[in-house]
Amino acid sequence: MKRIYLDHAATTPVDPAVVETMLPFFTEYFGNPSSVYTEGRGVKKSIEAARLQIAAAINADPREIYFTGSGSEADNWAIKGIAMKNQAKGKHIITSTIEHHAVLHTCEYLEKQGFEVTYLPVDEFGLISLDDLRNAIRKDTILVTIMFANNEIGTIEPIKEIGEIVKEKGIIFHTDAVQALGNIPVDVKDLNVDLLSISAHKIYGPKGIGALFIRKGVPIDNLIHGGAQERKKRAGTENTAEIVAFGKAAEMVTEHLEDNAAHMKKLRDLLIKGVMENIPQVRLNGHPEKRLPGNANFCFDYIEGESILLSLDIIGVAGSSGSACTSGSLDPSHVLLAIGLPAGVAHGSLRLSIGKHTTVEDINYVVDNLIQIIERLRKMSPINADCPIDDAVFDKAEHHHH
Amino acid sequence: MEYTDVVMENFTCPKHVGEIEGANGVGQVGSPACGDIMKIFLKINDDGIIEDASFKTFGCGAAVASSSMATDMIIGKSIEEAGKFKNSDVVDALGGLPAEKIHCSVLAAEAIQAAIEDYHNKKAQ
Repeated sequence: MKRIYLDHAATTPVDPAVVETMLPFFTEYFGNPSSVYTEGRGVKKSIEAARLQIAAAINADPREIYFTGSGSEADNWAIKGIAMKNQAKGKHIITSTIEHHAVLHTCEYLEKQGFEVTYLPVDEFGLISLDDLRNAIRKDTILVTIMFANNEIGTIEPIKEIGEIVKEKGIIFHTDAVQALGNIPVDVKDLNVDLLSISAHKIYGPKGIGALFIRKGVPIDNLIHGGAQERKKRAGTENTAEIVAFGKAAEMVTEHLEDNAAHMKKLRDLLIKGVMENIPQVRLNGHPEKRLPGNANFCFDYIEGESILLSLDIIGVAGSSGSACTSGSLDPSHVLLAIGLPAGVAHGSLRLSIGKHTTVEDINYVVDNLIQIIERLRKMSPINADCPIDDAVFDKAEHHHH
Repeated sequence: MEYTDVVMENFTCPKHVGEIEGANGVGQVGSPACGDIMKIFLKINDDGIIEDASFKTFGCGAAVASSSMATDMIIGKSIEEAGKFKNSDVVDALGGLPAEKIHCSVLAAEAIQAAIEDYHNKKAQ
């Protein structure tokens, strides 16, 4: 059966041109870039060429790009590195309630180390309020970290405006742009950001390689200590094959940004229209306009997300859900709860994220089948409009730990 | 651990879905933890035998499969026998469940007990 992959926010297939670029670095160009002889020097040049490609993709200086092992490492480094280096100035950090766990759990860790963190709430669309941000800034605030675009609901935060406010106060500003790169323009000069995290596997590059942009002069401690790689800022022998792959992938998504985004947006709107017009009792999560071009996230009342995912998988479609049953934890998605959805509704979420290879036929197939899947699961459900489930039911129900 | 073929069969083609006309024992249990609600309908005859059983479930694949298997297993049993029905019976019949889904089988066993209790309560009135 043909598979239709609609989980590009989770990861993307590596582009064949990217694979071709990286392969010689496993065998032919295997040298350690730190070595002085020919094998090392050649590889070193390739790394610097990739750094230039990444820098060009986000309008940075190549000397401001530092390769990491993942987007999560970039987030960890940005937050812990700024916190440790600047704690004499203050120990207050501002973030939002809908960040990726790489940011949220790092902030929670720092709270245990004596830092204070303000978690800005979001509105029903997932947007933070600039007034909330202004009010949260204190004399001892050293870092603001707000994601560029949300991985679950696709909402794009007003990063440029946040950057202006933060810059005026002389506070350091980090943004997790892992979901943004390749989907919307990312320009560090325009955005007023000091640090920005990106990852290769969301832009048709390989897994296991990310990067942190650190604006020149921003005081930051190292996270990974050891050798002198990455201008003494990030130790560890360079992952050369993946670095050149990341460079190639970044160059490609930048070159095709407008075409890809227009294509994804067209299909996304087709998908949203098809679902909203043909399935009753459904809501679109996230902002109607300020959202990633490939992101669609729905909540279907009265049914549970994992059941939808399994049903879709059977007919060849890959998607994801914020249901607790799919997360391995007991709680539904923190993002869906943050935009105000009751737990019972959040359990019925479905995220479909479109990629550059998705077709109109794919979307039509998904919509047609989704109508039947939702109808079938609803017939099976004990709850409906006459017998709704609300928080009261959940509160009364016994909590199971077996 | 992934879902077994038996779990997937019971999820894709569940047996005994819906409400039985004239059910005289109905039990509903739910857990906020995994967001699942299970409602079991029993039709018990004068001899105390479960003539028919059905379910309606809001939940994940394991919850649907557990409901399907549990209702299938208790049809034809006496309420005394069904009273001894345990969640491990469902898990065994499904060929196992992932650790984090065991509570789905617990819900199925509890829903059956709740339905039998409802039957006794109605009878006592």
